[in-house]
Amino acid sequence: MAKQPAAVVGVGQTHHRAKREDVSMAGLCREAIDRALLDANLTLDDIDAIVVGKAPDLFEGVMMPELFLAESLGAAGKPLLRVHTAGSVGGSTAIVASSLVQAGVHKRVLTVAYEKQSESNAMWALSVPLPFNMPVHAGAGGYFAPHVRSYIRRSEAPTHVGAIVAAKDRRNALKNPYAHLRNPDTTVESVLASQMLWDPIRYDETCPSSDGACALVIVDEDTARASANPAWIHGTVMRSEATTAAERDQVNPQASRDAAAALWKQAGITNPIEEIDAAEIYVPFSWFEPMWLESLGFAEANGGGWRLSESGATAMDGKIPVNCSGGVLSSNPIGASGMLRFGEAALQVRGAAGEHQVDGARRALGHAYGGGSQFFAMWVVGSEKPAN
Amino acid sequence: MRDVAVVGFAQRQMAEFDGSPTCVELLVPLFAECYEQTGWTRRDIGFWCSGSSDYLAGRSFSFVQAVDAIGVIPPVNESHVEMDLAWAMYEAWLKIQTGEVDTALVYAFGKASAGVLRRTLALQLDPYTMTPLWPDTVSLAGVQARAGIDAGAWDERAMAEVANRSLTDAEKNEYSIRKGGSSVEELLSRPVYADPLRKHDCSPVTDGAAAIVLAAGDQAREVRDRPAWISGLAHSVDPISMGTRDLTRAPSAARAAAAVDLGGVELAELHAPFSHQELILRRELGLAEDVRINPSGGALTSNPMFSGGGIRIGEAASRIWSGEVSKAVGHATSGPALQQNLLCVLEGNI
Amino acid sequence: MTRTLSAPVTVAFDYTRSTGPVLGRFFTGLRDGQIVGGRTSDGRVVVPPPEFDPVTHEPLTEFVDVAATGTVTSWSWVPEPVKGQPFDRPFAWALVTLDGADTPMLHALDASSPDQVSTGMRVRVRWAEERVGAITDLACFEPVAGLDGVEPSEPGPDRARPQPRNEAATEQSRSADVSGVITPVSLDYIYAASPEESAFYRGLNQGRILGQRCPTCQKVYVPPRSACPADGTPTAEEVEVSQTGTITTFCIVNVPFLGQKITPPYVSAYVLLDGADIAVLHLILGVPAAEVRMGMRVKAVWKPEAEWTYSLENIDHFEPTGEPDADYDTYRDHL
Repeated sequence: MAKQPAAVVGVGQTHHRAKREDVSMAGLCREAIDRALLDANLTLDDIDAIVVGKAPDLFEGVMMPELFLAESLGAAGKPLLRVHTAGSVGGSTAIVASSLVQAGVHKRVLTVAYEKQSESNAMWALSVPLPFNMPVHAGAGGYFAPHVRSYIRRSEAPTHVGAIVAAKDRRNALKNPYAHLRNPDTTVESVLASQMLWDPIRYDETCPSSDGACALVIVDEDTARASANPAWIHGTVMRSEATTAAERDQVNPQASRDAAAALWKQAGITNPIEEIDAAEIYVPFSWFEPMWLESLGFAEANGGGWRLSESGATAMDGKIPVNCSGGVLSSNPIGASGMLRFGEAALQVRGAAGEHQVDGARRALGHAYGGGSQFFAMWVVGSEKPAN
Repeated sequence: MRDVAVVGFAQRQMAEFDGSPTCVELLVPLFAECYEQTGWTRRDIGFWCSGSSDYLAGRSFSFVQAVDAIGVIPPVNESHVEMDLAWAMYEAWLKIQTGEVDTALVYAFGKASAGVLRRTLALQLDPYTMTPLWPDTVSLAGVQARAGIDAGAWDERAMAEVANRSLTDAEKNEYSIRKGGSSVEELLSRPVYADPLRKHDCSPVTDGAAAIVLAAGDQAREVRDRPAWISGLAHSVDPISMGTRDLTRAPSAARAAAAVDLGGVELAELHAPFSHQELILRRELGLAEDVRINPSGGALTSNPMFSGGGIRIGEAASRIWSGEVSKAVGHATSGPALQQNLLCVLEGNI
Repeated sequence: MTRTLSAPVTVAFDYTRSTGPVLGRFFTGLRDGQIVGGRTSDGRVVVPPPEFDPVTHEPLTEFVDVAATGTVTSWSWVPEPVKGQPFDRPFAWALVTLDGADTPMLHALDASSPDQVSTGMRVRVRWAEERVGAITDLACFEPVAGLDGVEPSEPGPDRARPQPRNEAATEQSRSADVSGVITPVSLDYIYAASPEESAFYRGLNQGRILGQRCPTCQKVYVPPRSACPADGTPTAEEVEVSQTGTITTFCIVNVPFLGQKITPPYVSAYVLLDGADIAVLHLILGVPAAEVRMGMRVKAVWKPEAEWTYSLENIDHFEPTGEPDADYDTYRDHL
């Protein structure tokens, strides 16, 4: 049995900021939802089901917040699901929402992912002290920095590549009115001059902590006909592996490679760098751009990634534009970050990305990962309805 | 829609689990049971989905280590919901319906005894106007029970009848942690605890885990002579506010019931953590007098958080497999005072 | 000996919540001694006001002051209060429909026994002595003396009539509306280690580093696991590993963070102990951070035995052995 065609016809996001003190959690979500519905030319009453995603409940101190949010999100009286797959959750949530349409269960599904990180402190929430356990890390940066070092060693990368990526994404963010970080003065040199936080990761090579939300409206083929520019879903994939395992490759995890292979196969793509016009890849620390480029098959393993990033190929006018929105490096409401990648990919193939539009983008990748580089969610969207 | 059936089910329930809240230790033997029931290995599972809660465990990412129990080299197609097992099963059912996979194993776990459960659950309420007061689950259920008593929708005797039947049936369920029925009169003579509730009106704090295996079409038929086919699966949610809801009703349960065909149901496993909630659910589902309710003893005798709902579906399925009934419904609830409800209709013949 | 090790842990944070305009209006009212409801599109006055209309889904914009007196519509008794509740002695929770409102709100009702509480009883607000703009400004409801069981004085449609506005309070709230609340969330848990982890911690309490071998893939896990993550089989055969190993990779932590126990800068490194197939994360000291290298050979430096508990922290840090660095090929598969 084949999947029913499904398309994104509405994308909405908040203005991401360090603290959105002007809104409640419901208000934050509704800001994204209302924009997505407006984009889709639908109302909450048209929606059949709602899928909510966000990262750990400890961030906001609410257990299963979708329950208290149900009425404000327009979910009362409807099916409501809540997904939580760590940092990949925004992507996984979009995939679950897609599957509601692809399964033929619903015709018009709203999905929203959010994080209001200013309600607490992400470093605390990610590293709540446990008895017997020894705290060594300093949040996510401390976790990922050793693996970045491994990548640099393995690929013999020059150490300025991380700065090239960071400066590129921050410049891209200037073209995105919703981006959190909007600093016109970021250059490779300024990134290299910023404080070394978790050596080898510098301050300007890390993502901010943001309040924000993203919402998508995903519909069936009949409903999509009313849209001038639906983003058709060509493939979706989720893969998971363990946080730690003997001889697990933490730089280029098998789950990531397996997910990419399955995704390209579903989408009928044999040469990603030639066939994908824009990629929104989850890059919370700049070095993950070259790492994921290799893992996703855009470049050869053990060095192809940094050469691509260094060459400028991932810039907006490059061969494979990556994170034209500014990416996670410019806005990181954790639970929503994955859905922002998925949504920005949809905007590209809909020709609706505004100033950060890649001319003529026909197929785009949305990518998210989470946990200790162990949960992966990805999709390919296209301007044409898939043939299969 | 593809024909999808419940073909495997395993559970563990206990008053107090002395192991890690990641519950990997509980999951390993559950998966082994599922493999034994199906004759499969982990590599025959197309999709995995789990349900659990970080706040129950008292740490972020409490579900992350659970995948160890699967053995994830090679990596797996996997997801997680911060919801009960029944909704994890719903996500897996969707995945099978898309045609992407043909089989799924879903699981859930929770160590409620790690904290003070009725207090922890206050974090599920409106964080601005309710949680700062820490209303506990038992009290909220008490407010709901009294609303029904005052409205004449039920009385303490009807509640005691539910409890007595549940405790009596639980004697035949090795997993129930509270069992031993007596008589309605004896139960009514026990002291009122959280007025109007007596202790036996409230589910016991329970630790545990459960797993359910789904398969489509011929793969289900290969596993069992009589798979429990899912002929209806629907869920819905109500506003959380205790003030704007009619507490004597559960509209989301009624909506779920309207979306499936309950005609001819012989048995219902209802996830009612408080005795009066069974009475609400029976009404909303329109169950006839002769429908057998909760032969497992139900949630009043054992209610592991995050698997308690899914266990109802598993219990219903096992009675389809055995041929005891031909059509049954499993129900799961979540949130305060029956806020969110799911129904899964299972049939032996399709 | 218990099967597993366990210890108490408290997970606590004072959450800073921004309220948005609707809840802000409600909390501003509480601070100023006025309970504010919202009128929904069906004409009802709802307390607390919902942020969005349940029917039109539009943000709520019409606010109505309601009375500080009302009627109990349902209640339950709390024989054993839990931490953080409005009272630390038995009390009632009540749904109270305030005069002027159409729906009840939940709060505590001060009573000394369930006999004093009944549905239909009249109650009034008892304000907190200090009000800050939070739901706790409303300390509780209390019975209106002498009116127990008496019907509300304004039955029927009149009760929905808006109360006269308190202009002074309105003026005050305009000057500084409440836009945020601080909500302490503190939960106490008993945290237990798995049996395998417990064996590991007990070993550390004896100055030993214990792993277990996976019976399927033969890999030695430190700490041992309830399931080998590759195979799903519990690790079983106990293996004591060396206290010397190789740094596979590391980072230098320069950033201070909430809850940090060690003063930065320090090196956090993965150490692959000889005899183990998985690295443990620990501190590297006894060498300038800038000199730490991948492949460096290090050994465990234990705290004085008197300070040992059941934790990897019994090892204070690892320090260089002085041996030549390990060849990259010996640990490249552990990155």
